[in-house]
Amino acid sequence: MTDTLKPRDGKDVEDAVRFALSDGKALEIVGAGTKRAIGRPSQTDLTLDLSGLTGVTLYEPEELVLSARAGTPLAEIEALVEKNGQELAFEPMDYGPLFGGKAGAGTIGGALASNLSGPRRIKAGAARDHFLGVSAVTGRGETIKSGGRVVKNVTGYDLCKLIAGSWGTLVAMTDVTLKTLPRAETEASVVIAGLDDAKASQAMAAAMGSSCDVSGAAHLPGHVAARFDGMNTRGAATCFRVEGFAPSVAHRKETLAALLKPFGPVAILDEQNSRALWRSVRDAKPFTSGEALNRPLWRVSVAPTRGHEIASQISPAAQMFYDWGGGLIWIAMPGEQEPGAGTIRKAVAAMGGHATLVRAPAAVRAAGDVFPPQDSGLAALNKRVKDSFDPKGVLNPGRMWAGI
Amino acid sequence: MSVQMPALDRAVLGRREQIVAALRRIVPGEGVIAGEREMRPFESDGLTAYKQLPMVVVLPETTAQVSQILAYCHAEGIRVVPRGAGTSLSGGALPLADGVLLGMAKFNRIKDIDFDNRVAVVEPGVTNLAVSNAVAHAGFYYAPDPSSQIACTIGGNVAENSGGVHCLKYGMTTNNVLGCEMVLITGEIIRLGGKHLDAGGYDLLGIVTGSEGLLGVVTEVTVRLLKKPETARAVLVGFPSSEDAGECVGKIIGDGIIPGGMEMMDKPAIHAVEEFVHAGYPLDVEALLIVELDGPQAEVDHLIERVEKIARGCRASVVRVSKTEEERLLFWAGRKAAFPAVGRISPDYYCMDGTIPRAKLPLVLKRTRELSEKYGLRVANVFHAGDGNLHPLILYDANKPGELERTEQFGADILRLCVEVGGVLTGEHGVGVEKRDLMPVMFSEIDLDQQQRLKCAFDDKGLLNPGKVFPKLHRCAELGRIHISGGKLPFPDIPRF
Repeated sequence: MTDTLKPRDGKDVEDAVRFALSDGKALEIVGAGTKRAIGRPSQTDLTLDLSGLTGVTLYEPEELVLSARAGTPLAEIEALVEKNGQELAFEPMDYGPLFGGKAGAGTIGGALASNLSGPRRIKAGAARDHFLGVSAVTGRGETIKSGGRVVKNVTGYDLCKLIAGSWGTLVAMTDVTLKTLPRAETEASVVIAGLDDAKASQAMAAAMGSSCDVSGAAHLPGHVAARFDGMNTRGAATCFRVEGFAPSVAHRKETLAALLKPFGPVAILDEQNSRALWRSVRDAKPFTSGEALNRPLWRVSVAPTRGHEIASQISPAAQMFYDWGGGLIWIAMPGEQEPGAGTIRKAVAAMGGHATLVRAPAAVRAAGDVFPPQDSGLAALNKRVKDSFDPKGVLNPGRMWAGI
Repeated sequence: MSVQMPALDRAVLGRREQIVAALRRIVPGEGVIAGEREMRPFESDGLTAYKQLPMVVVLPETTAQVSQILAYCHAEGIRVVPRGAGTSLSGGALPLADGVLLGMAKFNRIKDIDFDNRVAVVEPGVTNLAVSNAVAHAGFYYAPDPSSQIACTIGGNVAENSGGVHCLKYGMTTNNVLGCEMVLITGEIIRLGGKHLDAGGYDLLGIVTGSEGLLGVVTEVTVRLLKKPETARAVLVGFPSSEDAGECVGKIIGDGIIPGGMEMMDKPAIHAVEEFVHAGYPLDVEALLIVELDGPQAEVDHLIERVEKIARGCRASVVRVSKTEEERLLFWAGRKAAFPAVGRISPDYYCMDGTIPRAKLPLVLKRTRELSEKYGLRVANVFHAGDGNLHPLILYDANKPGELERTEQFGADILRLCVEVGGVLTGEHGVGVEKRDLMPVMFSEIDLDQQQRLKCAFDDKGLLNPGKVFPKLHRCAELGRIHISGGKLPFPDIPRF
């Protein structure tokens, strides 16, 4: 059992890192710990628990800006902005249930450190695109700030982008500032039944290339479709979401349905079912229960039109579905100890993109790469970037790659 | 000029002939320019108050040549200043007397247009507008639209993280690029991103975007294409005070509406513009707002009514909704001509670029007027109201002794004011040399040192575009040292579990 340090403020975090530096200790940075099992197994001496740094410190809805301490529960922030008719438009997914945990437990710091997003990624961007400012402690034990509270800002390097998706390996965040956006008045979905993966890819390209402003495009193959919410289907479903003001949604769902009719039978989901469907797509629901909960899980990002090519290259016993117009593929592999890394990484390398083994037993994560392996030039650059923030390897060392 | 550049490297200058010869071996023919007269067009960028002839200009055509040039300069310890179209308003491409000016203008091909994946792969010397033009036939466009879009290049847009009038809704460059090929100062060629979304590891593309040519030289960019909105309509609203206009902007956003564009002008800007283009702007108002809604017809018609109602509720004295496309373009004609219009009423003008929290606008305008009196210089304000990006245009005459210096002091005071009210030094023009010495107003020494450490990860000898962005240059070895203070105490203050 490793000791846990639980700072109360940014100064405590600075002290903790300085202590670790002087004592040659490595720290595991955690918020609520919902994504603790993602990455290479921890090789740390102490846990730095940031869940005590809580509270929204600034929220000005008309300025579209919110600041909070990094350990603030994401659910608290989402509830607050919802009360003001707003949302975090990057639609952060909830990893908790994929690891058998409860829903809605993550922190805002965790959401940013892992650059979360959801189906709306294709329209609104990921956490990185909404992350305006940060205060954080580097592995040198120094508090730095970057960005600000305004959206339009090119003053100095955009460290927020680098920190988003760095999984706590560069800095321990203490305070963050985010862009909030108006929440859509309503939404609806258009669903085509019975397409195979290749045909679905074409339908998604057609919808995304229309002026219907689609904010979700997913293909749920027949073997998993029934495990999503909001639909009553036995076969494959290719789903499209439109969100916005009521008259606009009414218009766009009809336009989209007419556009997609040549691909197959089309149905429309009302607001309530649409919300349920996209929540379950966001959280990869088919892989959160039953036998599928034990399957190694891949998250793959490729060019949207090429995503479907991967299906024919992997075990037919794999379960999978597509989000982001075909560009994001969730793949649950059949053998608990055998994630099929060789095959998947080879297929993704040929297409251009990246694959992360988000869920696997610790032994598997210790034995092979979890994050996408980098070619030698990029690996060396990543190492230099890591060293520029954390030269002694105090912060989450080895979590993303060995030596980083 | 008042900005101090890095001390001249006389050893490098002494080897100028050998360096020119070596560059000619890499880029044969017309690609190396070493004559004073021929180099003259490169002596400044859009910030024309700053001028400096480079040691030599090189215009490569291939990534392999860029790689060889940089590897050579790295080995020889020669400074390099990358340049796109040279439209920077912050002196980002200002040459160094002892440096190679690396012009990327010959990288002007569009390599791939992929409508199914909604991306284009272009070389960095392609102009911003050329990308949109190349995909317009299929109803697509590239969203960031800086006002220099006819001339500025995608490579420069990546370097500066350029914005435009539509960024509130569609984002800046950083939200619209998916990948790049880049050459490091060592000559190493790396690829970041591609046609897929997000980075699998560190988001280096996010750092390179807006790095002002200090981290590497981009040789290819993959940009996102968007489908053109079905339609667009604009509302022109005049207010008796800037407070009312500011309130209106807040209420529109508070009502859940994110307009495609939302621009404000103050009285001096309105008058300058109206005299120039006769857009039919009301002259008896203190502030003018243009709100543009774009999207499906049904949505635009619905929202325009809501915006009209909000505007009337904010004491607007004039509200005009565009009825035709011609009328919409006329509303914009004035705003788009704002800079040249101000240029007509003054021998010279100096364009500032701070961003502020929108609610602070009336305060900032009031204090700017006070500063205007203090310095005895007129100022007109143009404002990207949706995202708080303020462009005060200071009117001056460079031929009057001391007036440029006064203008720069006035500008610096405005930017300090932006930071004081919670804003930033630059919203879209970049730091460059222009705002370099103001960086400590916004950042501590620790912040700036950390940013420079990140630069060291890309450029260990500090050869890429030195003298820009950072007011004080440190050696990488010096920055790498760790000073552990505090140390051994197991901080009993921290609760342990």
